[in-house]
Amino acid sequence: MKDFALLYAELDATTSSNAKLAAMQHYFAEAAPEDAAWAVYFLSGGRPRQLVPVRILRDLAVAFSGLSVWLFEESYQAVGDLAETISLVLPETSHTSTDGLAVWIEDKLLPLRGAPPEVLAERLPGLWSQLDRPSLMLCIKLITGSFRVGVSKLLVTRALASMAHLDSKRVAQRLVGYTDLSHRPSAASYVKLIAPESSDEHAQRGGQPYPFFLAHALSQPVEQFEALLGPASHWQVEWKWDGIRAQVVKRDGRLWIWSRGEELVTERFPELESLVHCLPDGTVIDGEIVAWKTARPSTEDAFDPQTPAAPAVQPFALLQQRIGRKTLGKKILDEVPVVVLAYDLLEWQGEDWRNQPQVTRRTQLEQVISACANPVLLPSPVLTGEDWFDLARQREASRSLGVEGMMLKARDALYGVGRTKDMGVWWKWKVDPFSVDAVLIYAQRGHGRRASLYSDYTFAVWDAPADASERTLVPFAKAYSGLTDEEMRQVDSIVRKTTVEKFGPVSSVKPSLVFELGFEGIALSKRHKSGIAVRFPRMLRWRQDKTVEEADNLGTLQDLLS
Amino acid sequence: MDLVIARPEGLYCPAGDFYIDPWRPVERAVITHAHGDHAKGGNQHYLAAAPGEGILRTRLGADINLQTLPYGLPLTHHGVTLSFHPAGHVLGSAQVRLEYGGEVWVASGDYKIEPDGTCAPFEPVRCDTFITESTFGLPIYRWQPQAQVFAEINQWWQANAAADKASVLFCYSFGKAQRILHGIDASLGPILVHGAVEPLNRVYRQSGVYLPPTIYAGEVKKNDPMMRKALVLAPPSAGGSTWMRRFGDYSDGFASGWMRLRGTRRRRGVDRGFVLSDHADWPGLLWAIEQTGAERVMVTHGSVGVLVRHLCELGLDAQSFNTEYGDDEEENPVIEEPDIAEVLT
Repeated sequence: MKDFALLYAELDATTSSNAKLAAMQHYFAEAAPEDAAWAVYFLSGGRPRQLVPVRILRDLAVAFSGLSVWLFEESYQAVGDLAETISLVLPETSHTSTDGLAVWIEDKLLPLRGAPPEVLAERLPGLWSQLDRPSLMLCIKLITGSFRVGVSKLLVTRALASMAHLDSKRVAQRLVGYTDLSHRPSAASYVKLIAPESSDEHAQRGGQPYPFFLAHALSQPVEQFEALLGPASHWQVEWKWDGIRAQVVKRDGRLWIWSRGEELVTERFPELESLVHCLPDGTVIDGEIVAWKTARPSTEDAFDPQTPAAPAVQPFALLQQRIGRKTLGKKILDEVPVVVLAYDLLEWQGEDWRNQPQVTRRTQLEQVISACANPVLLPSPVLTGEDWFDLARQREASRSLGVEGMMLKARDALYGVGRTKDMGVWWKWKVDPFSVDAVLIYAQRGHGRRASLYSDYTFAVWDAPADASERTLVPFAKAYSGLTDEEMRQVDSIVRKTTVEKFGPVSSVKPSLVFELGFEGIALSKRHKSGIAVRFPRMLRWRQDKTVEEADNLGTLQDLLS
Repeated sequence: MDLVIARPEGLYCPAGDFYIDPWRPVERAVITHAHGDHAKGGNQHYLAAAPGEGILRTRLGADINLQTLPYGLPLTHHGVTLSFHPAGHVLGSAQVRLEYGGEVWVASGDYKIEPDGTCAPFEPVRCDTFITESTFGLPIYRWQPQAQVFAEINQWWQANAAADKASVLFCYSFGKAQRILHGIDASLGPILVHGAVEPLNRVYRQSGVYLPPTIYAGEVKKNDPMMRKALVLAPPSAGGSTWMRRFGDYSDGFASGWMRLRGTRRRRGVDRGFVLSDHADWPGLLWAIEQTGAERVMVTHGSVGVLVRHLCELGLDAQSFNTEYGDDEEENPVIEEPDIAEVLT
């Protein structure tokens, strides 16, 4: 436990990938396989379901610390992290436990799940008093399922691969599904991760997908494309869909659907199950799951029989309604039907096609789709243009088509792993975000790196234009990214000086700060006071040149809706 | 009537017609210590504890109209008897004891409980009303004994030197830097200091505080291999500046009470955070308040609302004083006084 806490502290203290890599290699080289198994699980994003309800944990910590509830709450607000707060207010002890991570997880922590409060009250303080502060914080993070540290799965993969002298793609392949809830890490599963490559490895794959190939953002002006990318004809161009990236795996008569988080999501999309009958075994398709239907005709077109609307991609907001649901009723399935827009073929007839050029994979993909002849599997259309400027003109239709921009894939590129560029490259060429000027009206202290700094803001626009006799600010979005550390410090200081009232952790401030907010999508919403919900809001700029009166109004937002 | 009240210019003693640590220019200013948020320029008359004279003159100008008093020696002004008592915060820091009409008030400025060898240690003074700071007024702030922190710094320095890396430790140039110099193991290697630190070292040495020999970093040639073994003390503002380039590959650290929190450590973006503060921690604040025997406590800068509420729950008559202390960069690396605006209760 202590070794893993040390590793956590080391990873947490540095921003250098090399230092993180070295720290992990060092840990894995020393750790017992059963401990390393759990370390890999947590580092690559695995999270067991919460072991103890947060409310009970909090109550026990309050009782054990001897603080009054409000004082604990104040502490929590300043720290911004429950596990850290608890570790800071409990009595300080020296580290007496010699048990490793696996023993802690399997014998001490996992058995806590479902235990009645009186049993927890009896056991937890006993466990806590065996740990020094860093280990205690880690232990509580594991209990609450809030363990996070700044390493990517790719980095964990690299650490394991270099230690075991394996190809990192092989390790990535083996790691897929490792953090799935149904899987419990063990010494044996860890040993398998780092074992020498076997010849029949392919056959053992079951429903495992391939690591996803990820795109890089392209933000240069189109004038530079020719110089940067060569002629447009060297590229396969598609729309950038606003849905859920997914792999459809068909092997051994079964179908698996994996999301980009490498989560198995087959059951979330029952309408895709029919693909099991029409895709041959040994087929893996990469694509995007999108909400797909005929939009409700607007009143003007409703009586025009000449232009029956074709089904099309729907805003992500619609898909989102389905993602959150635990059970999918008939109603939601009818209202938000999905299809897979396929854009790549990773395996065909049981063979790994990732080392085939893009254009070859695409040709074969189109044949697979047409042979499948299932309306839930559609090809993501390939776009053609005379040159980059022509494509840029077509890209202007992105918003009205409900896409985020274009994807550029080198025609000769192989299918790489993660965000690598050595096998070829995919670019995402996104349209500029929507933007409005909004007023900061509430601020809340942040978490983690921004703990005790007012870094989470609520923004408002006016409910009427400037010439209205009376108007008020209506909140419509929260945002907490986009400012530099220095700007955030300045805003923090202004928030502290202009706080009008406090509601728990939230401070209402005298409206004085205007920010240009960017967001990716906008939709009507009944849940928001403003009647509008925006997607991925973030601060693009602090408009120190603008007064509060000059901020935008709801009319500006409504114009963006159409 | 209260012996001290909060006015827009600063804390004011109506009976004596003088201010304590005013933030706007006034006729008579009693100064608790020379940090920038407590000692401002532009006042007509200054009164401070004698050991603080050198620093005050260095910071506010040699020609300020300054009268000093040794710790413990009373002076009567308009019938108010005033004396200074050690606050243990930095060299020359003092609590101000005021007695008038049989009532005693103590204004503590900033204070620290653990003696550190660079200034007279904190002395509790019995009083009816105690004016306390609350910089670290939350139970999450509990300091380790400083010997432990110095051992950590030594270890870090040694490991860096072994890897041929300079160890750049950011700390406030007045108080913290000298405390570190006094506390670390100077035999581990050369010690370099930034130009903001050296003048203050001089004052400390002149006052008879032992500091190991230091080298002014500006005088060291670029690429001098000696730097790779050195400990370098610099103010936080030097971080990220071109001044840092001379050290080549270095490891950096930050010494401050705020380093207790992971968020602040990460925001600082340094390799190491050392939890070392010149302010009282939560148990320290409560201990000091108890020691004064005061029944009434006025809370200034920091976690005002929290400390006031907690003291009220302990049965004391606690109130807040709205001040402008705690806004100085020296004390506030990043945010970081948790709430001047939070004068609620």
